[in-house]
Amino acid sequence: MGRYVMIESRDPYESGDVSYFYNLAADLAAAGEQVTLFLVQNGALAARKDAKGDPLGGVLKSRIEVLADSFALRERGIQDSERHPSVKSAEIGDLVDHIMAEDGAKVLWH
Amino acid sequence: MMAKTLTVCIMEPPYESANSTTSMRIIDAALQKGINVNVFAYEGAVSLTVKDQKPHPNPVHGTSVEEEKHPTTRQLVAGLFELAKEKGVKLDWINCGLCVDERGAGNWIEGPRRGGPGDFHKWVQESNATLVIPTK
Repeated sequence: MGRYVMIESRDPYESGDVSYFYNLAADLAAAGEQVTLFLVQNGALAARKDAKGDPLGGVLKSRIEVLADSFALRERGIQDSERHPSVKSAEIGDLVDHIMAEDGAKVLWH
Repeated sequence: MMAKTLTVCIMEPPYESANSTTSMRIIDAALQKGINVNVFAYEGAVSLTVKDQKPHPNPVHGTSVEEEKHPTTRQLVAGLFELAKEKGVKLDWINCGLCVDERGAGNWIEGPRRGGPGDFHKWVQESNATLVIPTK
């Protein structure tokens, strides 16, 4: 089983590429890979529980850990109460921990 | 225990997008954790360390240079080198030489050195992990 740390920096309404990235994460998880999806910058907008179109719906049904950068959430005024309960708020240091947790993790930025 | 090493490739020129800020935050967090960091600045990112960068006032807000406290990327990178020194870890920063030449961006702060994609390839092989942050 491989480890993937996938970092999404774009919001889901910006381009169709974002949904492809989510789908890649879900497909990797379905294939038995260990996947963490980390939302940064405008990517954090998808963390809202009432986000139109439920952009993270497919991802959250998969065995994927979804984290959102607390700094990005604060910048965008997304309160804890507005965050999807399955998306955890995390520090940028947590991202570094995930990247460095063990050798051979594949890190993808979009 | 030997310190781990993270290699980061950045391509975004300064003052263009949040990618620069996030890159700096990731590098800062890694150094804070005692991780050695290699940075390969490619394409527009070679301008992050240009010494001639100057903070500016904000005429729209009517603020002076001092009031605005406009951060420059050269100051942020210099701070990362200071942090590495303080933490006893290594920050190795290479600016892509050809990218520097074509931009005339060779007057840097103390710390970065000149190199090429071959150095990045070597770092990828030697590091525990690699993160590439491209432009959009």
